[in-house]
Amino acid sequence: MRKRMSLLVGAVAVSVALAGCAGGNAGSESTSDSGDENQVEVFTWWASGSEKVGLDALVEVFAEQYPDIEFVNAAVAGGAGSNAKAALASRLEADNPPDTFQAHAGAELSDYIAADQLQDLSAFYDENGLTDVFPESLIERLTVDGKIYSVPSNIHRANVTWVNSSVLDKAGIDPTKAPADMDAWIADLQKLKDSGVESPLALGTEWTQMQLLETVLLSDLGAEGYSGLWDGTTKWDSDGVKTAVDHYSQLLGFVNSDYTGLDWDAATQILIDGNAGYNVMGDWAEAAFVQAGLTYDTDYTTWPVPGTEGVFDFLADSFTLPVGAPHEAAAKDWLTTISSAEGQKAFNLAKGSIPARTDTDASEYPAYQQTAISSFANDTVVSSLAHGAAAPIAWSADISSAVGKFGSDKDSDSLIKALVAASDKAQG
Amino acid sequence: MRKGVRNWGPPLLLISPTIIILGIFVYGLIAVNIQVSMTNRHSLVPATEFVGIDNYIQLLTEDRFLHSLMNLAVFTVVFIAGTMVFGFIWAWMLDKGVGAEGIFRSVYLFPMAISFVASGVVWRWLLNSAEGDRASGLNRIFESLGLGFLQNSWWNEPIWGMAAIAMPAIWQLSGYIMALFLAGFRGIPEELREAARMDGASEWKLYRHVIFPQLSPVALSALIIVSHMSLKVFDLIMAITKSIYQTEVPATYMWVTLTSNDYAKSAAIATVLLILASVLIVPYLIHTARAEKSNR
Repeated sequence: MRKRMSLLVGAVAVSVALAGCAGGNAGSESTSDSGDENQVEVFTWWASGSEKVGLDALVEVFAEQYPDIEFVNAAVAGGAGSNAKAALASRLEADNPPDTFQAHAGAELSDYIAADQLQDLSAFYDENGLTDVFPESLIERLTVDGKIYSVPSNIHRANVTWVNSSVLDKAGIDPTKAPADMDAWIADLQKLKDSGVESPLALGTEWTQMQLLETVLLSDLGAEGYSGLWDGTTKWDSDGVKTAVDHYSQLLGFVNSDYTGLDWDAATQILIDGNAGYNVMGDWAEAAFVQAGLTYDTDYTTWPVPGTEGVFDFLADSFTLPVGAPHEAAAKDWLTTISSAEGQKAFNLAKGSIPARTDTDASEYPAYQQTAISSFANDTVVSSLAHGAAAPIAWSADISSAVGKFGSDKDSDSLIKALVAASDKAQG
Repeated sequence: MRKGVRNWGPPLLLISPTIIILGIFVYGLIAVNIQVSMTNRHSLVPATEFVGIDNYIQLLTEDRFLHSLMNLAVFTVVFIAGTMVFGFIWAWMLDKGVGAEGIFRSVYLFPMAISFVASGVVWRWLLNSAEGDRASGLNRIFESLGLGFLQNSWWNEPIWGMAAIAMPAIWQLSGYIMALFLAGFRGIPEELREAARMDGASEWKLYRHVIFPQLSPVALSALIIVSHMSLKVFDLIMAITKSIYQTEVPATYMWVTLTSNDYAKSAAIATVLLILASVLIVPYLIHTARAEKSNR
């Protein structure tokens, strides 16, 4: 008996050791074969769902436009891009860059730029006339010290309020009319709560909280004031920010109690199920409403977050040209395809986003995208914080943690202090 | 002389691959890690200067890092107490003699076969903090049993939330501790108990003076194993909550800083974790080495 027991203990000890090893990275590392000139290795995190469908559509257009060039898919799955970013960092570190890689457009690129890992694409923009077809305010957001380092493939909007029409109708609120500002919206939320909706505003985990805060900042500071937060012209302890934090803290009084644990889709589901009236989420949420069989304008509707009418809080996926790309010419061909009208149309129809080009025929897109396309062409474009357009990764990580802390202690002063500290650290 | 080489040569040859691999991939990389943690490499840009222990000073005076240490402390205390108590009680009950001991043993050990990530995904749902109509997981069970007052926000609780995260870990590791204790119980010769009873020792005295002293080496090993597992807890937290402030421990904080390219800071956190682990394990290794020597 004793022998058997010790065998058992031994087996257990071994299995613990094995379990410890199992945590290793199973990601596959594909190395490019640089002997072949006619190929392009494209690094993305588009490995599943609508993103994969979009990439496939893009590859099809690429094969038509450049039949000689072989497309090498170097997609790394998982973690909403975090796995891919880690894999990419180690490849760049080892001077083994892919021919082009996906990155959020805007400030998230600044780390790569500072480390001299990206090539200037301004000349490419001029050659292909992209400066004329992309909105001027987008070009402004993409330009760093007079240079442009990436080509956007698709645009998303972050300051969208999704509204469940029947929930609002029941409480006697007109769902088609957006409240004029934050105070009016908070009054509506209160009305909804009084009518028996336990959590009028659906919210999710840390980054969705950050996205909500960014839209409140946008609402209270205006487009110019909000953009000033990222270049130092608006102070993080100014009265505008304090008002926004105050509004944000009031909004948290209307959210579902389990928000910290929910990913965005679970939060949006609360709205779809009719347990909430509103949800602030990027326009990728559209797919969830369509999937649930709801009709735009009758079952649900959208408006910009109150107080942000006429402002388009953008985020975009974009492609870059790394320094030392093994097939530079082919990589430029890839960039040409994704910036072309056909490429953008194929990709965005499949992914459910909108093209960065303004010369598209909106009527080819579904109802929600049509409204987004016209806003994108006419509105002031500002950069989204929660999705890497506004601030470098380290800065947004600091803000994310401060917002997460606020979610548990609701201490406005300490939130503002942390925001100021994060800004000081990032801007030196 | 030649005989000497014959004696120690072949064994050395046999273990040399291990020594070399460990030397490079464990100790060499620890050295590189410490070196990075003492530079100003806070982005993708290569380090430009040596900053000594500045990064450590900043880290240890930072509220966020102290918060993650606090979380880790709560988790560790609850996790250790939980596994030791349940493990001991189960082992004691099995030792007392129950029918179908094999079945119970397997049932208690089974959770260990599951990885933290897999059980974390399930517990993410069980520990959902929604209450009332939208409740799911444990809260739903409580509600349908008419125990609605037991519903709580689990890991959403600001300070004691980490105790909820420890629950799945206790569930998984208690069986292992039970196995260790059971082996300890079985290792105590029946004669000792009989002798104690002959001398008129009460049941409590028997445990206090005969059984417990014999179990203490087992308890110490169990304690070390559980506490070092607790220090490096990462997968469970990532599976249940992802890396958010509320449930941040040094290991998840390290991951956040690494993915935001702050290499120096994440290396510093890694070194702090290494030091914490060695504080626990080195005395234990010394203790066992001494014990083995004196046995010889």
